[in-house]
Amino acid sequence: MATDKICVVVVSGSLERLQMAAMVASVAAVSGQEVLVFLSMNALLPFIKGRDVQVPVEGEMGELMAGKKVPSFKVLFEQAVELGDARIFPCSMAMDVLGVEQDELESYMGEATGLTKFLSDARDGQVWTF
Amino acid sequence: MAEKKIVDGRGSFCPGPLMELIVALKESQVGDELEVLSTDKGSANDIPEWVKKVGHEYIATTESEGVWHITIRKAK
Repeated sequence: MATDKICVVVVSGSLERLQMAAMVASVAAVSGQEVLVFLSMNALLPFIKGRDVQVPVEGEMGELMAGKKVPSFKVLFEQAVELGDARIFPCSMAMDVLGVEQDELESYMGEATGLTKFLSDARDGQVWTF
Repeated sequence: MAEKKIVDGRGSFCPGPLMELIVALKESQVGDELEVLSTDKGSANDIPEWVKKVGHEYIATTESEGVWHITIRKAK
């Protein structure tokens, strides 16, 4: 089994980028790779429980995906954690700015993580940024 | 006793059928055969790749009337 590690950094809150990040994270996780996901900026908003976030689309692909049976990015991130070796970390800075506590985030999210910790964890892995 | 199961991923897009297969594999025994139905051509290419990568047995892919049938055997 491969042991290579990938780190997925998501800062965009657009559907296309969240979707692609979730696909990379979930497929890598179920293929035996260790996956760390770091969610910051607008990418954190859809993971706050009870917030009905309107996820914006960037263009035609996003509009098409919204109307088709594409697996939701939130389901894919959850499956990455449940079916594979993925951990999803909310950015502590973004949580502070938003005034959001850990228990307000989806239950499959890991603990609030700062950049220093994430950079240390990411040192020996590939980094994918969305 | 090995079973044969159908995993119906029709209508879903990549990586939906793969994820449905993985859920079904978790509930299966070693030796069971699983046949994934997919209308997504990308999944028809990607599922055999995944199966070989993680070490299950890929058996065959057939296509009929826009539906791909990808058959695999749980190997571990």
